[in-house]
Amino acid sequence: MVGALNAALRDALREDDRVLVFGEDVGRSGGVFRVTDGLQAEFGDRRVFDTPISEAGIAGAAVGLAFGGWRSVVEMQFDAFSYPALEQIVDHVAKMRERTRGRVDMPITIRMPAFGGIRGKEHHGESPETFYVHTAGLKVVTPSNPGDAYRLLRLAIADPDPVVVLEPKARYWTKQDADLTTGGPGIGEGTVVRDGDAATVFTYGSMVSRCLEAASVVADEGVATRVVDLRWLSPLDTGLIARCVRETGRAVVVHEAPKTLGLGAEVTARIVEEAFDFLEAPVRRVTGYDVPYPPAALEHHYLPSVERIADAVRGVVAY
Amino acid sequence: LAYHRGTWHGGPYDPRATRFGPICIPVATQIVHAVGYAMGLALDGTRACSLAYFGDGSASEGDFHEAANLAGVFTAPAILFCQNNGWAISVPTERQTAGEIFKRAEGYGFPGVRVDGNDVLAVYRATREATARAYAGEGPTLIEALTYRIGAHSTADDPGHYRDDDEVSAARAFDPIVRFRSWLEGQGHVDDGLLADWDAEIESEVLAIRDGVISQPDPPVEWMFDWTYADPPTALAEQRREVLGG
Repeated sequence: MVGALNAALRDALREDDRVLVFGEDVGRSGGVFRVTDGLQAEFGDRRVFDTPISEAGIAGAAVGLAFGGWRSVVEMQFDAFSYPALEQIVDHVAKMRERTRGRVDMPITIRMPAFGGIRGKEHHGESPETFYVHTAGLKVVTPSNPGDAYRLLRLAIADPDPVVVLEPKARYWTKQDADLTTGGPGIGEGTVVRDGDAATVFTYGSMVSRCLEAASVVADEGVATRVVDLRWLSPLDTGLIARCVRETGRAVVVHEAPKTLGLGAEVTARIVEEAFDFLEAPVRRVTGYDVPYPPAALEHHYLPSVERIADAVRGVVAY
Repeated sequence: LAYHRGTWHGGPYDPRATRFGPICIPVATQIVHAVGYAMGLALDGTRACSLAYFGDGSASEGDFHEAANLAGVFTAPAILFCQNNGWAISVPTERQTAGEIFKRAEGYGFPGVRVDGNDVLAVYRATREATARAYAGEGPTLIEALTYRIGAHSTADDPGHYRDDDEVSAARAFDPIVRFRSWLEGQGHVDDGLLADWDAEIESEVLAIRDGVISQPDPPVEWMFDWTYADPPTALAEQRREVLGG
């Protein structure tokens, strides 16, 4: 996945000379996860550059650059390190287009490694998606595989609106033969990654592969589970969510973020609004707990496990 | 003024055409935008610079520091102009900083100057010099202009709670408009007739602006939805329909 993201940045830099890539350690070092490796050597230190450790400065500079017609792709080094930039992101990146009555677009891409599962230190395993999804003016996307990583990052960079790209760090080293192409589903489109008719599991990012494992486990017990990779957390693919619930009648939502006001709450609300009459069982959520992300030694108790997900599927099917 | 009238958060003007950014209420956040814009000017090789105005209170915000530091590191053609008027709502400058604001520039690696902010020509000269530095590729300048906030911070603010009227009366003697007017008269640049013409012109312009602001209609409700996204999501389009009908 790192290679696919790197290729997406390289191709975007090559195709549009107004694209800039900047952030902490993204230049000479090529990023702590190597996502920007080699870009400065190829495109020079005017278009790919290191900044001081200054997240609000990075996000705010991207706003100023957008006034000059630049298309910034900025990196927040880790999920929780995006919080110093929240004021710039929430107050300006997300609102400047509205404030200027559409005269100044904010084609800004804010990339960050997100979610846990790599035995990281405190502040290195958070799921910040609710903050960004709840902010009008932003779009939020998270790829679960290398092919999507390329395509979704290209879509994000090309979009006239600001997009937060949550890169599942636990999936950075995933390998897959993938066509690196921008064609395919557009912004806001999720996808069925495994078909089934007994229940649908809605998930995204790092949890997609785990939900697929859980679906295999229950398949051996004769339960055909559909797995949906939402991809876009904002805008959400309400049409796909409703269709899957109409077709399977049962739903489980899985994410790492804490349960309360996690994305599962919104997905569940949309299911109730759009497909209530088709529900055969209450929607179940399998999520992180309402606690700070735990230390490495405890994270396997916090993250939704194959067994917890499989149990939830068994639960909605048996209801 | 559209902002104060409550008809829109930003001004009705085009920021690119007027080269004037929209009002940013969270203080000091605009300084970072100005520096980012200046970084872009440097990348383009444009002979231009950005100028960010902010107050003494803003200089306590982290964004001031981040903007100044970025400006220094990237030799950005930016002018950071601090209007130190002595008061951030009710808090005097000595409670904002134990040091002197213009001196901070040295720590960021560029010049900082302090000028009498009530002296129009001194402010003009300092700004011209900073502009020349920016144009010459020498990077940013921090200007601290000392002035005084004679009025209240806002219509909800009553300065009687926190400062003496004597202090305000003393400051009136240095009113930059009065000072500049008497300087122009003393130098013989203007006569009574010209000043009277200017007064009349300004009076009618201000009245026209006031009438324009007062008579501004409420904006159409669709404005609430029209500019959030260039490419609005389906769910937002549905919410728009819900409000507008049809």
